Amino acid sequence: MKEFWKRFRYNRGAVIGLVILALVIATAIAAPFLFPQSPWKMVQRPFLPPFTDDTLWLGTDALGRDVLSGLAHGAYVSLLVGLVSTIVALAIGVPVGALAGYFVGRTDDILMRLTEFFQTIPSFALAIVLLAIFQPSLTYVIIAIAVVSWPPVARLVRGEVLSLRTREFVEAATLSGLGNDQIILRHVLPNALPAIVVLASLMVAQAILLESSLSFLGLGDPNIMSWGYMIGAARTVIRTAWWLSFLPGMAILLTVLALNLIGEGLNDALNPRLTRKSE
Amino acid sequence: MSLLSIRNLDIALPEGADRPFAAKDINFDLAPGEILCIVGESGSGKSMSANAVMGLLPQGVKATGGTITFDGQEILNLPERQMMTLRGKRFSMIFQEPLSALNPLMRVGAQIAEVFEAHGALGPSQRHARALELLDEVGIPDPEAAIRAYPFQLSGGQRQRVMIAMALALEPDILIADEPTTALDVTTQAQILKLIENLRGSRGMGVIFITHDFGVVADIADRVIVMQKGEIVETGTADAVLLHPEHPYTRALIDAIPRLTRYAHSDDPLGTPIMRVEGLSKTFTTGSGSFFGKQRVVKAVQGVSFDLFSGETIGIVGESGSGKSTVGRCLVRLVEPDKGRVLIDGADIAPMSGTELRETRRKMQMIFQDPFSSLNPRARVSRILTEGLIAYDTPRTQAMDKARKLLDLVGLDASAMERFPHEFSGGQRQRIGIARALALDPSIIIADEAVSALDVSIQAQVLDLLADLKTRLNLSMLFITHDLRVAARICDRIIVMQKGRIVEVGPTAKVLHDPDTAYTQSLLDAIPGQDYERALMQVE
Repeated sequence: MKEFWKRFRYNRGAVIGLVILALVIATAIAAPFLFPQSPWKMVQRPFLPPFTDDTLWLGTDALGRDVLSGLAHGAYVSLLVGLVSTIVALAIGVPVGALAGYFVGRTDDILMRLTEFFQTIPSFALAIVLLAIFQPSLTYVIIAIAVVSWPPVARLVRGEVLSLRTREFVEAATLSGLGNDQIILRHVLPNALPAIVVLASLMVAQAILLESSLSFLGLGDPNIMSWGYMIGAARTVIRTAWWLSFLPGMAILLTVLALNLIGEGLNDALNPRLTRKSE
Repeated sequence: MSLLSIRNLDIALPEGADRPFAAKDINFDLAPGEILCIVGESGSGKSMSANAVMGLLPQGVKATGGTITFDGQEILNLPERQMMTLRGKRFSMIFQEPLSALNPLMRVGAQIAEVFEAHGALGPSQRHARALELLDEVGIPDPEAAIRAYPFQLSGGQRQRVMIAMALALEPDILIADEPTTALDVTTQAQILKLIENLRGSRGMGVIFITHDFGVVADIADRVIVMQKGEIVETGTADAVLLHPEHPYTRALIDAIPRLTRYAHSDDPLGTPIMRVEGLSKTFTTGSGSFFGKQRVVKAVQGVSFDLFSGETIGIVGESGSGKSTVGRCLVRLVEPDKGRVLIDGADIAPMSGTELRETRRKMQMIFQDPFSSLNPRARVSRILTEGLIAYDTPRTQAMDKARKLLDLVGLDASAMERFPHEFSGGQRQRIGIARALALDPSIIIADEAVSALDVSIQAQVLDLLADLKTRLNLSMLFITHDLRVAARICDRIIVMQKGRIVEVGPTAKVLHDPDTAYTQSLLDAIPGQDYERALMQVE
């Protein structure tokens, strides 16, 4: 663990990413306390520019709502969607990949054709279709994102398992009389974990982007203030009040960047032998 | 006048390594036409010393003192640009694994031509002609075909010959060979050693030969350097060091060498067969055989039959690709045999499945080759040793007690229980692997190249441990190895395999000293260091 932290810190970008993410998480947690009022409540005249009112630092939007409050509450939504949809995607992708890679043959064929079926449909289009069918609530947004993002997990896990299953320690476990379930859970998957963790960190970033895009198109939950919704609502006034699109855009950019940096740092720390900086 | 002379060379390891110096106070000279062998166990600093000459030390490792003088010029800390002109042209290097040292996507001819190109030597048409000459010189059959081949189309020995051809391309003064024959079969090894020796003679090249195998040293060396933990403990002519070692470490190494003439004697009459193998066959097919290419069929095991008697050790020996490992894996059904019967106490394991297979398989356990991949890096030793027992419904506390006893049995401390595999050395890991195999109280142990990845001194200890455990626990053992000397030390009977078939079976003494087939004889003849073994016996 100490060794892990040492290698992680060696990547300065990763540390910066961690700091940014910590700030975003702190904002998300503190939002209900800092801004107890609903972010949908109109508090001032519309189009108040940033830094003109002492109580409304970032001004107001087209309907006179507090932008800073919207950003803070939006952080909570973005992180929630990113995290939960990634967990759901892992819950689908890891078992599919593990079974396909471990049992090979027919199981592998069936599961991989299924995975490819999902992979060949453009993911954003599929997410839009899913949300058009279901009602656009936060739960369905999360489900839609998870459904379009599990195939890469399944493929990665399958590849890892395919190489791990031929290792001698797996053969030894077979000879020790362990069942397939125990071998997969206790010998194969723990060794595939580093790759999964790195991918998961990048998937959270991907999910945040997807949620923002869906909200921008007005397909998100209409009762929840999210960064994507803020940009979508402000796009018609971008020439007169550019900051209304710019500020939530920056929030998305920084959060996604932070997660990517962390993913890279995790990769360096968990796969020390594959580190690019070894030259 | 010496070609290369190294004085007081210190090579520092980065902070936090297990010792401050990779090599300390290294002194030696190399004369033209001389073969100097550097021997030592893994981690002795022998490769680092050679890499320092090439200017190829890994990141973080630096030469901190001393001088390397080559042909009157000081080359330690020479700027990279100047080193590049020397490398390849004045001294070159060959490595242990020729497959990873060659570019898999380039034809052999292009790779040799590239050496000339890098040094701006010869015109494009001459390069091809010269490459052909070189391939001929290193004894590749049909150089015209080989020059157009990709590395994967050549055998291990041919690839090593290509590497040597590349190393010789610019007629270097010094050739550094880092374990060049370790990955090869004995017969190929013998050919490569002969080739290196001939080239040294015809070109007057100085050779630094790094190896851990004393048999190889005895066959090829003019002078020998013995290294231990980064320091030179003994230097001298081959005869002096090998036959009259002065340093206790050298003597210990020489005592640990497995010898053909020291074989296991057993006069016990054979007991009852505990395992009968009848007509075992396995064919591997790769590729679909459709539009996308030809189907490849490898007959790995063809009609193998033998009996293993209670309390007996059988050695299965053969070159790589002889099917010896596949036999071992078929017996425990890690590989599904196509045909044949494997009778354990009268019950055929081949068609079994489910609970029946599990119960029968319990009687056979395996010890694997690579102590680094045979233990799950993410499991503590306690889990590695107990999970088999727990899977067979032994209560946890009882399993833990048993695991502690097993550790004691294989000579490890009980404190090992809570540690992870990476905290142990190769030999210790192999002991853990043995303890795991014994956990289920098997009656048959299958050891697949169980000591090939270990240093000689550790190898001797592990072999002694196996022999001791075998008698104490009344085990029967199937010992799969490519090394006849190792087989001699532990086996009662030996099975020789070639291309999936058994070519000879017999008592160890008979197979090793009076074989019936020419193939066995050729394997025996190729074992390095046989003259040396005879000389050593006379000295003793």
